[in-house]
Amino acid sequence: MGTVIIPFSGHKSAMNPSHFPNEPHALARRSPRQRLYQFGDVLFENLTRGFAFLVLGTIVAILVSLVVTSLPSIKAFGFGFLLSDDWDPVREQFGALVPIYGTLVSSFIAMLIALPISFGIAIFLTEMSPAWLKRPLGTAIELLAAIPSIIYGMWGLFVFTPVFSKTVEPLLIATLGQIPGVGALFHGPPMGIGMLTAGMILAIMIIPFISSVMRDVFELVPAVLKESAYGLGATTWEVIWKVVLPYTRTGVVGGVMLGLGRALGETMAVTFVIGNAQRLSVSLLAPGNSIASSLANEFAEAVGDLYTSSLIELGLILFLITTVVLAIAKLMLLRLGRLEGTRS
Amino acid sequence: MHHATVAAKRVYRARRRRNALNMSMSVLGMCFGLFWLAWIMITLFGYGFEALNWQLLSQPTPPPGSDGGLSNAIMGSVMMAGTATLIGTPVGVLAGTYLAEYGHRGWLAPATRFVNDILLSAPSIVLGLFVYTVYVARMGHFSGLAGALALSLIVIPVVVRTTDDMLKLVPDSLREAAIALGAPKWKMIAMVSYRAARTGIATGVLLAVARISGETAPLLFTALNNQFMSHDMNAPMANLPVVIFQFAMSPYDDWHRIAWGGAILITLSVLGINILARVLFRQNNS
Repeated sequence: MGTVIIPFSGHKSAMNPSHFPNEPHALARRSPRQRLYQFGDVLFENLTRGFAFLVLGTIVAILVSLVVTSLPSIKAFGFGFLLSDDWDPVREQFGALVPIYGTLVSSFIAMLIALPISFGIAIFLTEMSPAWLKRPLGTAIELLAAIPSIIYGMWGLFVFTPVFSKTVEPLLIATLGQIPGVGALFHGPPMGIGMLTAGMILAIMIIPFISSVMRDVFELVPAVLKESAYGLGATTWEVIWKVVLPYTRTGVVGGVMLGLGRALGETMAVTFVIGNAQRLSVSLLAPGNSIASSLANEFAEAVGDLYTSSLIELGLILFLITTVVLAIAKLMLLRLGRLEGTRS
Repeated sequence: MHHATVAAKRVYRARRRRNALNMSMSVLGMCFGLFWLAWIMITLFGYGFEALNWQLLSQPTPPPGSDGGLSNAIMGSVMMAGTATLIGTPVGVLAGTYLAEYGHRGWLAPATRFVNDILLSAPSIVLGLFVYTVYVARMGHFSGLAGALALSLIVIPVVVRTTDDMLKLVPDSLREAAIALGAPKWKMIAMVSYRAARTGIATGVLLAVARISGETAPLLFTALNNQFMSHDMNAPMANLPVVIFQFAMSPYDDWHRIAWGGAILITLSVLGINILARVLFRQNNS
């Protein structure tokens, strides 16, 4: 594309100096039709540039509007907002600790489950699966990403929660719950809803994102590299662990961060199963709250400026966290792309 | 010598065992993923088809304890998704055109691409919050139009990304041929680039529609909900996802049944649009 020479476009790529549109004598020599075309070019380029600016400006507009509307809450609570576990609409005392904790912990549980599973799926799809199974299985996993989050939430509440509270949770309480120290994490009645359930559902939702990025970057590894390792007598696992993974490291981290970004901001699925309790509990089986689920539950009914503004500040915190995580993901994937560009 | 062979054999066996173990874990991971898909689909279809009937499609949402359907919510969802697509598609296509056709120099195109990828995965509830602060709070009331605006913020990044990707796939020789014939650049883009990338861009728009069909979070405080049939985009508007949320969280059994009916409707349409997009894209590629 860079090599295309475009006449009358106002680009400096035109070779003949008389093609610069700003020179009056050049304009005068053109027919009305040429001038119309040239006008069309300038118009179209600036139109598309305007819309590109609009997309770029959206993120700034989101940031500014959220900061401005959460000013009352920022002024009232300052940095203490991040550290207080108070959430009392009646006394108008608000703190973000419980929802921030819930968001981070449920996403952490999700990553703990989704990471090895996605790695396994990506290995299966790139190294083990017979060619005819690759596409149907890949599509099936991608289908998990197409299911709307409200369906996950509803299914989680009506189908998964009862089964989970009768089978897995009593088992966890009876085994891990008895170990001193770690046991505190698995303490209390098996209610089904809570941090652990939210983490489970989130894990299922982000598996397709992480595994498809991993699959795509694994396929970037030059066959020659893998073949030379196999030629030296390496097993499939050794090829993956010592050749594929080091080569694609940044891409894998990018995919993981992408999944994390999704998990942090996921709303509906979490709202259904996390229990919506503004309480800080050590136990993962106890109900909690996340930033997104606080917003989903309380925002439409919030009365009073301070209450609304505190909720918007929660949204601002979520936006900042996810933007940083997603930016890291993007940078990692870009770095892999550049690496690929220089090596091949 | 003999001793060394025995040791080597032991190492070799250990490596083989480790390989077998890790590879079976990978198969298990695949089964784990498929297991959840199967479980979700089976229960969804089981409960959903039980709830699916003519009444669900023809009657508006009921008060607790009486019969009803989802006609107002279906109508609202279609109107808002349609408006969001109408707003988002031109914006996305034009911005994507800049990235692919003009953005070879300068900082604007790479910066926009970077930000667009972040918007693509940004939490949708924050987009709803944004539309609330800049539109709903100013107007003083919830409205269908606000819901459509929030959804269009999800459509735009998807369309920008696919337009950019699809235009980049168009071979430069086509562009050069058009320029050599004396076409101005805008005409080259409109008649050559767009025409070559047409199905790809349409696929992107379809995928965007599929994504917003199930979106709930951005509608909670923009469109809100409406118990009655309404075609007024300036008033609160019923929509499938929010009705499902409300009904599923309620204590009433007949509301739960309607929620399952709504869930199967949404899932079928999302999956249907996804399949359509895939078929379209595959035909285009072959």
